[in-house]
Amino acid sequence: MSLLFNQRKSPGANSANPGHRLVMYFIRHLQQALASIGELWRMPISSLLTMAVLGVSLALPTTLHLLMKNGQQLRSGWDSAAEITLFMEEGVSESQTQKVLRRIGLYEQVNKVTYVGADDALEEFKTLSGFGDALSYLDKNPLPSVILVIPTTQYSSPEGARELLEKLQQQPEIAFGKLDVTWLEKLSAIVNLLDDAALALGILLLLAVALVIANTIRLSILNRREEIEVLKLVGATNNFIRRPFLYTGIWYGLIGGLIAWVCVSLILWWVEGTLLDLASQLGSELTLSGLSFSEFLILIALSSGLGWLGAYGSVMRHVYEIEPENQL
Amino acid sequence: MIRFEEVTKIYPGGQQALNRVNFHLQPGEMAFLTGHSGAGKSTLLKLIAMMERPTSGQVFINGHNLNKITKKQVPFARRDIGMIFQNHRLLMDRSVFNNVALPLIIEGYHLSDIKRRVAAALDKVGLLAKINNMPNTLSGGELQRVGIARAIVNKPPLLLADEPTGNLDPHLSMEILKVFEDLNSVGVAVMIATHDLGLIARMKYHTFTLRQGQMIHDGLSSSDLRESEFEPVI
Ligand SMILES: Nc1ncnc2c1ncn2[C@@H]1O[C@H](COP(=O)(O)OP(=O)(O)OP(=O)(O)O)[C@@H](O)[C@H]1O
Ligand SMILES: [Mg+2]
Repeated sequence: MSLLFNQRKSPGANSANPGHRLVMYFIRHLQQALASIGELWRMPISSLLTMAVLGVSLALPTTLHLLMKNGQQLRSGWDSAAEITLFMEEGVSESQTQKVLRRIGLYEQVNKVTYVGADDALEEFKTLSGFGDALSYLDKNPLPSVILVIPTTQYSSPEGARELLEKLQQQPEIAFGKLDVTWLEKLSAIVNLLDDAALALGILLLLAVALVIANTIRLSILNRREEIEVLKLVGATNNFIRRPFLYTGIWYGLIGGLIAWVCVSLILWWVEGTLLDLASQLGSELTLSGLSFSEFLILIALSSGLGWLGAYGSVMRHVYEIEPENQL
Repeated sequence: MIRFEEVTKIYPGGQQALNRVNFHLQPGEMAFLTGHSGAGKSTLLKLIAMMERPTSGQVFINGHNLNKITKKQVPFARRDIGMIFQNHRLLMDRSVFNNVALPLIIEGYHLSDIKRRVAAALDKVGLLAKINNMPNTLSGGELQRVGIARAIVNKPPLLLADEPTGNLDPHLSMEILKVFEDLNSVGVAVMIATHDLGLIARMKYHTFTLRQGQMIHDGLSSSDLRESEFEPVI
């Protein structure tokens, strides 16, 4: 609507019904979004370089995230590997052993109990070590009978397993128990530290992405100062002027995110080859999990959001302060 | 159409550009604003366009007090005022069409309306043939006329021009003036700030003369103006 001359008809904007106007609103936004791609295309080299910087900056936290994710999967494997070995007193009879086994099996903290008698242990040792013949010269089996106890997952953390071990050692038939958790504790502490460091690093890198975009948008605003002044002179609002810059920021973030995804996929593909070799040598199954579809969407949404945020910061500072002056 | 009441403008540096200026431009009137360099002509136009605010006093456009227009409303108020600049202020990296279309794009016109109105505006200044040219392929006079087309494309009831013929030879200046006269004949109020006394001398238009920020002459013709009034008084 005309502000100073009320008899003056305002333009096409109020020509149609509200529904049509809403459609036009979206069409206009779409046009401006596409126009801002054209703007990026005007300086393809510098736009691509900026996007590459963003892609690399985003690839790093994404890779860290994958490391943490795969690490967590590995660690849940270690946790269930917590196993308590109980060595029996010498001379405990068969029936007493059965009683102990039953008693331990009833503990709510215990998932599985396995008895390895001294004879079984010796057999196993013979076949695995290859000292079979030499051992047959021994007149007495030197190996003790052992009970292997696997705690429930709830008690397989280093602290929980240690607590259970204390309890089991109280049994009179048990000479002593062993739980090798110190290395697990240390590893767990290191991994926790790495997780924290990765998180901090990730946040810093995301901040860098927002700042790079903010600075890029700031430069393009200052480059187009003349244009912004002219737009203001012919009656453009700040909202109108800032819109293409916000879209440009979003595009930078979005394309940076896609580049990051490609980088991470390449890294994954490369590492997976090496990992398969390693896995076949260790005779175990190692698989890497990559980005899931929802994680991919989060990456793209986050990078676009950072693009918008960076651009918004610059726009608020610079578009608003540019005013047409000197020569009318 | 435009009324100044006791308008004083002192710039932040302390320079007094206008001193208690009163005048009235009638609706649909075409007028010249003259005065020596530094007399305050540009300042007066800037106050109308809300590029500057008065230190004291009031400016009215069509009865609306501009002091009451908020910062957010300024862009909308500017859409009612066509502005023409000495250095045309066209965007050199956009075609003539895109330059002239700017005010319409801002107001959200449909593309079909934009095409029609841009063509009509360029036709009015005699440059329809150059609609797809880039500005750097046009002469100074042509650029000035593209600037006029941009100012009139959304048919504002008021046109302000600051030294529109400043860089042009007398022949081109007369051509530009013809364009303003044509616009005025269809009811557009026009205010032209100029040094060019020769230009005004041949016309019988309302002329305002500023000296040292004061309105010293407000009369119908320029015939009673003496050159001495254009000398700055120290
Ligand atoms: N932005 C500004 N800040 C401070 N002083 C200014 C500013 N703009 C103009 N002035 C001063 O105000 C006075 C009037 O300037 P103005 O531009 O209105 O004169 P003018 O009549 O348009 O001159 P010219 O014919 O040279 O364009 C001058 O003394 C000028 O130095
Ligand atoms: Mg001036």
